[in-house]
Amino acid sequence: MADPSRVSGDPALAVGVSIPRVDGRAKVRGRALYVDDLTAEGMLHGQTVRSRVPHGVLRAIRQDPDFDWSGITVATAADIPGENVVALIEDDQPALVPIGGRVRHPDEAVALVAAPTRARAREAADHIELDIEPLPASFTIEESLAGEVVLYGDDNVMRRFDVQKGQDVERALAEADFVIDGTYRTGPQEQMYIEPQGVMAAWDDQGACRLTGSMQCPYYVHKAIARLTALPPEKVVIAQSVTGGGFGGKEEYPSMIGAHAAVLARASGAPVKLVYDRDEDIGATTKRHPARVHHRLGVMKDGTIVAQDVDVVLDGGAYVTLSPVVLSRAVLHATGPYRCPNVRIVGRAVATNVSPHGAFRGFGAPQTTFPYERQIDKAARQLGIEPFEMRRRNMLELGDETATGQTLSYSVGGPAALARAEAAAGSAPPRELAPAEQGTPVRRGRGLAFYYHGAGFTGSGEEKLAGRATVALCEGGGFEVRSSSTDIGQGTLTIFAQLAAAALGVDVGLVRVPEPETGSVPDSGPTVASRTCMVVGGVVERAASALRRRIEAWADEQGIDAPMDELGRRAAGELGEISETAQYSPPPGIEWDDDSYTGSAYAVYGWAACVVDVAVDLDTYEVQVERCIHAVDVGKAIHPIIVKGQIEGGTLQALGWALWEHVAYERGSVVNRRMTDCIVPTFADAPELETIIVEEPYPHGPHGAKGVGEIPMDGPAAAVANALEDALGAPFDAVPALPEHIARALAQAERAPVSKNEREVIS
Amino acid sequence: MTAYLRPNTLEEALAVREAHPEYTILAGGTDLLVSGHRVPPPPGIVDLFDLRPLRGIARDGDGSLRLGAATTYLDVLSSDTGREELSILRAAAREIGALQIQARGTLGGNLVTSSPVGDTLPVWLALGAEVELSSAGRGARRVAYDAFCTGYRQTDMAPDELVTAVTIPPPAPGTRRFWRKVGTRRAQSISKLMIAATARLENGLIAEPRIGLGALADRPIRGVAVERAMAGRPPDEDTAARAARALAAEITPIDDVRSSADYRLTVATNLVARFVRLLAEPA
Ligand SMILES: Cc1cc2nc3c(=O)[nH]c(=O)nc-3n(C[C@H](O)[C@H](O)[C@H](O)COP(=O)(O)OP(=O)(O)OC[C@H]3O[C@@H](n4cnc5c(N)ncnc54)[C@H](O)[C@@H]3O)c2cc1C
Repeated sequence: MADPSRVSGDPALAVGVSIPRVDGRAKVRGRALYVDDLTAEGMLHGQTVRSRVPHGVLRAIRQDPDFDWSGITVATAADIPGENVVALIEDDQPALVPIGGRVRHPDEAVALVAAPTRARAREAADHIELDIEPLPASFTIEESLAGEVVLYGDDNVMRRFDVQKGQDVERALAEADFVIDGTYRTGPQEQMYIEPQGVMAAWDDQGACRLTGSMQCPYYVHKAIARLTALPPEKVVIAQSVTGGGFGGKEEYPSMIGAHAAVLARASGAPVKLVYDRDEDIGATTKRHPARVHHRLGVMKDGTIVAQDVDVVLDGGAYVTLSPVVLSRAVLHATGPYRCPNVRIVGRAVATNVSPHGAFRGFGAPQTTFPYERQIDKAARQLGIEPFEMRRRNMLELGDETATGQTLSYSVGGPAALARAEAAAGSAPPRELAPAEQGTPVRRGRGLAFYYHGAGFTGSGEEKLAGRATVALCEGGGFEVRSSSTDIGQGTLTIFAQLAAAALGVDVGLVRVPEPETGSVPDSGPTVASRTCMVVGGVVERAASALRRRIEAWADEQGIDAPMDELGRRAAGELGEISETAQYSPPPGIEWDDDSYTGSAYAVYGWAACVVDVAVDLDTYEVQVERCIHAVDVGKAIHPIIVKGQIEGGTLQALGWALWEHVAYERGSVVNRRMTDCIVPTFADAPELETIIVEEPYPHGPHGAKGVGEIPMDGPAAAVANALEDALGAPFDAVPALPEHIARALAQAERAPVSKNEREVIS
Repeated sequence: MTAYLRPNTLEEALAVREAHPEYTILAGGTDLLVSGHRVPPPPGIVDLFDLRPLRGIARDGDGSLRLGAATTYLDVLSSDTGREELSILRAAAREIGALQIQARGTLGGNLVTSSPVGDTLPVWLALGAEVELSSAGRGARRVAYDAFCTGYRQTDMAPDELVTAVTIPPPAPGTRRFWRKVGTRRAQSISKLMIAATARLENGLIAEPRIGLGALADRPIRGVAVERAMAGRPPDEDTAARAARALAAEITPIDDVRSSADYRLTVATNLVARFVRLLAEPA
C-alpha cells in the first residue's frame, strides 16, 4: 500500500489510491459509538410484543394483572400521535396493529414496552397477552397464486411489470432450433450484518423528536417519522450512528424500529433505546425476496440467442414495502447482458403471511441472474459450445441494444471482464482426481457466469430524487462534506473525502465527512442501488469544484496567489463559513418510459464475469469452492482496496447464498433465528478470491466511477450451480444447493439416468 | 449475590463440591455462557479453568494416557504426548468452534454438557476411553464412556462429583484411526453427524473395530452392529457394503433444522464404507 503520509502530501494522488479509511482508527480502537453504546439520563429500554400468529384479527391486548407494572410503560397503536403507517411506497403497513386490525405475519409488532432495564422490559413483554382470532394463512408463492387466501387486492398480486420487445415471443421460440425450458427457485437470504438493528429516540421540551440509530437512509426514516408523529419536518431529526453493516437490511426497517422507539419515548416521557437481539432481528427484519422464475430460451444451432420468455414471481411477504422496486430491478435484469431480438418478461410480486421481504444487495437482480445464467449454460452444453464462447457470441457490445431498447453508447465493460476472467482462469482442473483426502472420492467442475448490473436508480429515478450534497469551508480552513449518504462499512466517508479533496485540490486530511443528521445535511437520496460513489460522489465533486471556484474568485479579487489549503484558511478567516450545494442532473440522452417499460433503464451498467471451480465430496456431498475468479468493471476504482473489499465481500455473500444460506420457515416464522443455525460462510469456507478490477470509465461518473456495491452478489450463485452440473452431470436449479439437496439430486440421477444432452430440451 | 470460588488444589475443589453441590462448576464457560444468557444467576460459581492438576496430558505407568478434565482443545493441539493415539482427538479439536473457543473450551466441559453433538464424544467411544469421576468422600472411580453418558444430556456424575480426567488404554500395535465431522460449514459449526473409528488388520482381516457415532441418536453411540458386520472380514467392497447396511439398520437419525434424517443416514453409511476402504490402504 502507498505510504499514507506521502499520499496526503499531494492532492492529485487523493483519487485512485487506497488511503487509510477515515473511520478506521476509531473502529479498530473500539472508540466508534454504535447505537447500543449510546446512553442518556433516565433512558429506558424498549421491547416489542409480536403477534406470533401469521394471520388474524387482533381482538384484545391484555396486561397480566398479577405482574408488577411499576416503572413500566406500555404503548399500543392508540399511542401513535399521527398516522399509524410506516410510510414507504404504499401506506399499507401499520407501525403497530390496532385493536380490530389485521395481523398479517407472525412477527408483526402489536405492543411496545419500556422499562429501566432490558431484563425488566423483556419480562414485562412476556406478561402481555394478545387475543388474536386466527384466519387461514398462505406462506408460499404457489399458495399465494392459488388465491385461496386473499391478502392483497383480489389476486394477491402487489405489482406487475411487463417488458416486450420484437415479434411475438411464442413465434420466435417456435422458430428457434432449440428451446431450453427451466424453472428456478432462489431462497430468502438474511443480511446478517454484525450489528443488529437499533434506534434510540428522545423528545425534547419543544416537542421535537430526535432519533439516532443504525441505518442506511436517514431521510426515509425522517419521512416515516414525520407522518407517524404528525410533526412538521423540521421538528424531526434523524441521525445515523456508526453502523455495523446493512447490505440493504437497514434500508426500510429502521423506519419501523424508529417508529417504535419514537412512540415509546413519547409515551414514557423518557429517552428510549430499542436494540434487537439476534433472534428478534433474524425473525422480524427483512430478507431477500424468495423467487420462482420460469425461463424459456430460444437459441439457434450456432448459439445465437433469438428469444427469451421470462416469468418472474417474487414473494413480497405481508406488506408492499419495497417489493415493487425490487421486482422492477429483477425484471430489468432478467434477460442478461445479451443481444436478443425477441423478449417477453412478466414480473409479479405476490403477498404471503410472512414478514415482508426487502432490500438486499443486488435488489432482485441475483434472483433473475441465476436463471438466465443457468439457461445459457445449459444451452451451451446442449449445443456443444464452450461456455466462454457461448457468452462471447451473444454478449452486448458498444452500440448494441438492451431488452428495453436502450442503445449502449459508453462504458461497456462486458467483453473486457469476460476476457480477463478467462485469461486468469486458465484451463479447468481435471474432472476427477486420484483420491485426495483420505480416500475421499472427489468430483471437480468449473462454472462460469456473465452478467451486468444497472448502477443507480432505475429509469428516471435519479432525476426525481435529485440528490443534493454540500461542501463547506469551515472555521479554521477545514472542509466538510455534508450529505445523507451513510457509511455502513462500505467506505462512503473515505471516498467522499477523497473526491472532495481531489476537486478542491487540498490534502485529504483537511476534509471532514461527518455521519449524517437530517438537521444539517441535505437529502442526497438513500444509500442504496450502488449509487453512493457514482451519483452522490459526483454531486460531492461538483459541489467541491464550485466551492473551489468561489474561493479562487475571492482570492483573485484579493490578489492572493497561494495553494488551496492556504487560500481556504484565509478565506475562512475573512468570510466565515461558506458552502456550495450541488444537485444531481442526469446525463444527456437518458430517457425512460414508465408505462411501456422502455428506454434507458439505467444511466450505466457494471459488468462482471465469475469463474468458480468446485470440488464435491461424493461421500458427504459437501462442496468446496476451490477457486473463484471475479472480474468486475467498476469504471474507476476511487479507492482500490475498498473496491476490492466490496467485490470480495459481495462474492462471499453470493457463494453463501448459493451453498449454505438457508432461512427455514415454519408457518411464516423463521425457525433458525440464531447465528448457530442460520448459516453464513466463515473465512474457513472462503476460497482464495481472485479479484480483477476492470476499469471502463463512465463519462458522467466521478473520475469515471460507476457502481460496485451490488454487482458482485449477482452472478456467483449461477457460476456455482453451473460448476456443480459440470462436476456431477445433474442440474442444480435452486438456491441454495445444500449438501442435502445434492445428495438427493444424485440419488435421483442414479435412479433415472438421463444423458446430459437430452435434458431440458423440448424441441 | 453469586459467590465466586477459585480452588487452587483438587482437594479444595472436591471439598467445595461436597459442601455446595448447588454451585455451578465453571471450566471454559463456552457452554455455560451461551445457556446462561437467560437464566437466573446461580448461588455460586466454582471456577476450575486452569486448575493445574486437571490440566494436561500425561502417560501413566501402565501405558495408558490420562487427559485432565480442564485440558483445553488448544492444549490438546499443542501437546506432544500420545500424538499417534490422539490423532483423531486432535482432528476433532481442530474443528471445534474456532481459535477462541479452542483456547477456552475443555474436554470436561464437553463431557458434562453431554450434548448429542459434542464433537469429542464419539472419539472417546472409538478409543475405548474411561471417564474418571472424583468426590471428596468416595475418592476416584472410572466408568467407560458408554456408561458415563446415560441419556439425552444425561451423565452418571453424582452431585458431589467432578469429572477429573479421561483415560485411554494403550492401543494394540497397528491400530488405524478415522475421524470425520460433517458440519454446517467449516468452522463455528454444529455437527450434522460425526464418525470416529478405530480398527486394525490381523492376517488381512478386520480386528477390534470400534465405531463412535455422533449426532445420530439422542446421545453419542457405538455402532455395535456395524462393528459386528466388519469384524473378521477383509476390508473389501463387500464388507464396506455390509457395514453400510448394518449401520442403516441400527440408527434412526432425525430431521431437524440442521439437516435431514435421509442425509444423515446416507452420509453415515458412506463414511462407514469409506473407513472400511481406508483399512485396505497401506498405513
Ligand atoms: C461459538 C461456539 C462454538 C462451539 N463449537 C463447538 C464445536 O464445534 N463442537 C463442540 O463439541 N462444541 C462446541 N461448542 C461448545 C463448547 O465449546 C464445548 O462443549 C466445550 O468443550 C465446553 O467446555 P467448557 O470448558 O467451556 O465448558 P463450560 O461451559 O465451562 O461447562 C460446561 C458444563 O460442564 C460442567 N463442567 C465443566 N467442567 C466440569 C468438570 N470438570 N466436572 C464437572 N462438571 C464440569 C459445567 O458445570 C457445565 O455444566 C461451541 C461453543 C461456542 C460458544
